Amino acid sequence: MAKRIDVSGLTAYYGTHKAIEDISMTVEPRSVTAFIGPSGCGKSTYLRTLNRMHEVTPGGRVEGKVMLDDEDLYGSSVDPVAVRRTIGMVFQRPNPFPTMSIYDNVAAGLRLNGKTKKADLSDVVEKSLRGANLWNEVKDRLNKPGSGLSGGQQQRLCIARAIAVEPQVLLMDEPCSALDPISTLAIEDLIGELKERFTIVIVTHNMQQAARVSDRTAFFNLEGVGRPGKLVEMDETERIFSNPSVQDTEDYISGRFG
Amino acid sequence: MSHATTTPAAGGPAPGATPRLSSARLPRWTPWVVALGSVAAGCAAGLAAGLSSKVQWGLIAGLLFVVANFALTARVQGRRQARDRLATSLVWASFVLALIPLLSLLWVTVERGLKVLDGYFLSHSMGVIADAETGGGIYHAIVGTLEQVGLATLMAVPIGLLTAVYLVEYGTGKLAKAVTFFVDVMTGIPSIVAGLFIFSFWIMILGFQPSGFAGALALAILMMPVVVRSTEEMLKLVPNELREASLALGVPKWRTILKVVLPTSVGGITTGVMLAVARVAGETAPVLLLVWGNPLINMNPFEQGQSSLPLYVYQQYAAGQSASIDRAWAAALVLIAFVMVLNLAARGVARWKAPKTGR
Amino acid sequence: MDMSIHTPPGAGAPHDQGSGTRPAPEGGTPPQQDGAPAPRRTVTHLGDRVFRGLSRGSGITLLVIMAAIAVFLTYRAVGVLAINEGNFLTSFQWNANANPPDFGIAVLVYGTIISSVIAMVIAVPIAVGIALFISHYAPRRLATPLAYVIDLLAAVPSIVYGLWGALVLVPHLGGLYEWFDDFFGWTGVLSYQGGAARSLFTVGILLAIMILPIVTNVSREVFLQVPKMHEEAALALGATRWEVIRMSVLPFGRSGIISASMLGLGRALGETMAVATVLSPSFTIIVSLLDPGGGTFAQNIASKFSEASEQGRDALIASGLVLFVITLLVNGGARAIIARRKEYSGANA
Repeated sequence: MAKRIDVSGLTAYYGTHKAIEDISMTVEPRSVTAFIGPSGCGKSTYLRTLNRMHEVTPGGRVEGKVMLDDEDLYGSSVDPVAVRRTIGMVFQRPNPFPTMSIYDNVAAGLRLNGKTKKADLSDVVEKSLRGANLWNEVKDRLNKPGSGLSGGQQQRLCIARAIAVEPQVLLMDEPCSALDPISTLAIEDLIGELKERFTIVIVTHNMQQAARVSDRTAFFNLEGVGRPGKLVEMDETERIFSNPSVQDTEDYISGRFG
Repeated sequence: MSHATTTPAAGGPAPGATPRLSSARLPRWTPWVVALGSVAAGCAAGLAAGLSSKVQWGLIAGLLFVVANFALTARVQGRRQARDRLATSLVWASFVLALIPLLSLLWVTVERGLKVLDGYFLSHSMGVIADAETGGGIYHAIVGTLEQVGLATLMAVPIGLLTAVYLVEYGTGKLAKAVTFFVDVMTGIPSIVAGLFIFSFWIMILGFQPSGFAGALALAILMMPVVVRSTEEMLKLVPNELREASLALGVPKWRTILKVVLPTSVGGITTGVMLAVARVAGETAPVLLLVWGNPLINMNPFEQGQSSLPLYVYQQYAAGQSASIDRAWAAALVLIAFVMVLNLAARGVARWKAPKTGR
Repeated sequence: MDMSIHTPPGAGAPHDQGSGTRPAPEGGTPPQQDGAPAPRRTVTHLGDRVFRGLSRGSGITLLVIMAAIAVFLTYRAVGVLAINEGNFLTSFQWNANANPPDFGIAVLVYGTIISSVIAMVIAVPIAVGIALFISHYAPRRLATPLAYVIDLLAAVPSIVYGLWGALVLVPHLGGLYEWFDDFFGWTGVLSYQGGAARSLFTVGILLAIMILPIVTNVSREVFLQVPKMHEEAALALGATRWEVIRMSVLPFGRSGIISASMLGLGRALGETMAVATVLSPSFTIIVSLLDPGGGTFAQNIASKFSEASEQGRDALIASGLVLFVITLLVNGGARAIIARRKEYSGANA
């Protein structure tokens, strides 16, 4: 259950404002790809173009191609709903459905897809919660509201909810930025496990995190305020952090700006 | 951990291990075509069956639109999409269906109201004009409305404002809970009940005569909870940091409230008060019970009956003559205009004084 | 004389007692050092006490008014109910001016409830639809002006709705009612004998139109408050727009919809002028909803008040008391529902 993403010539707009310009890259299956870069460089916007969440924002529109194996996500006969079902997403702030129990949160995506048999659901819910390393903590209170969990647990609940529908790709938008160090560690461990099954793309502000969890890293930058963000370079994480080929990357990584 | 339970990818048109993203889709213009077709069919059915009322035509067209959209989508795109489309059609249909009477109300009022509305109408009272005669005006009613609403505002705003301050700044414990609860309940008091209360208390027990002031008392009761609610909302929006910053400077609490909290929210409070004024300006029932009306100009709200715009509309309608109904429409137009101007002004104030953070 | 509203004695007494028994637990006043000489301190203390007392007094004034409404209405009602010949709850008569009086509210209870229920059944789904339209479906360029127009419509006085209802709506409904009669006339409830459509059903439709803006407005505001992140959660799972609304928007907005509906119901129950202008009343219960007849509390008070004797007015006050209690229950019930759902509001999630 993992696919390759091939992006070519992707430009995204908010109304008339160009947020990112002409990005091309390949994301390998069953690996973790990290996006780093200073604030406002468009890495989150870019991430959201990969499952067509960008166009949900008023005025959001996209030019270019995003191929998931051999299908263009922006093809005219493609249903964005099907895209988002195939490419899951975890957000910056944990966002479990507040009115639903822990169980229902995980089952939400399955129910959407017409799976309603109780036994099946319970199986998948347990499997997903185990997959998100949350099962042992919540198995006795599956019927309690998800909003009663701690921040880190909520985020893992959201991951469980995302992987329950067996997506091909999992996009993570700064999934640890609202969490404490211990919860962060738990999520990072989890990412390491999940890459066995999914293609994972993660946006992070934390360079140590990128270095710890990712196989490949892409560095984004922008030339100035109001200018579109661009992909500066993308390479093996080790190379990016030890010997990048562009000076800007080295400056950013060594903390000279950003 | 393997993904052993292979999902049959229900809902997707192509079941299998790797669901395809593309699927058959209806062109974007489909709903518009369906809408046009339904309207045409509705009119045709109405004409053919000789249905007299346009309400029926509209209902047929609306129903056709919803059903056709659902059926078409269900055939081409599957059940989930069809349900989505059904919801969309229902939302659109309900919007259009609801807008028609509301627009009709505005249109008819303007159209028929302009017939007799002129400077003379605004500057003269009814005097001794009989119901069937043309002429006459609403000057006395405008005076009555302004005085009654003005008095009501003078009574309701201070109490409402202070109550809101109490609830937000001081309110803890049982008393605050009770006040909150009863403010909510008070919002729902029917205006006629407020009128009956003042009648039983002010007129039957204290023995006063019906007057503009008696009406103002009832209007004040209707205004108070509205003022409390809106002010409370506004005060709650003032960030706590602001209060703490002021208290930390050693400013006593009451001065913090007067100098920091209230000025910060003055725009919103003004808006709330103006909306409350607009609401009570249109109240008829209490005025009917307590002020009794008066075809002549009575500048004194404390003695004898007065008229008011809504009461005037009702009385002219009830008279049932074509001349009086013309007057009723014209007065209704003035009343709507008055209320709308207040509303627009209130919104203007809200925007002008709004804190700089957008939504 | 403005005793009933200003109530300065009420404001004075509680403030003394209040600051005496409860030493400002909110931490508003700095800790008191007894006998501290600095004169400013005592001044601020006084200011705080006065201000606190005033605001507390206003709150209490509101409670006093509410209590007074109940007390005075009951006081007037009890006298006339004691000499009432008929059964107040079940009698179909309204001869309140007669001696002895003979009146009952059965017809009014029926008419008020039926017309309000019709109004709610029509208005709430449509209002939620419009609210969703504005918050989630309409193009943004359309949504803002639309919200504005609906806001303005909420402010249109009820007498204008009444005028429009009587002179524009009533003539348009005859055809629709004949249609109902053709298809559903056999039920009896929807049979129609022709003539002016000044029936309880018409009143229900008009009330629906009247409460539509307010229910729409309140619901729309709640829908707009749904945190973006909850909607994105549903979207990212591959939900269609309707599914997003069902999973995120409606659960979040449920208590808002309920309170909006209750607000609307409160308005419908107590609406006077629109009913008085449209309904052609009779003091009977008619099986058909489409044929003229029946009455509501508020309409009955408004139309009988001017020709009533003092005793007749007391009888009307007694019926007003019942209306008061009903609206009290409706509003109190709404509060309870909302309070119970608060734990699920997700505002602090």
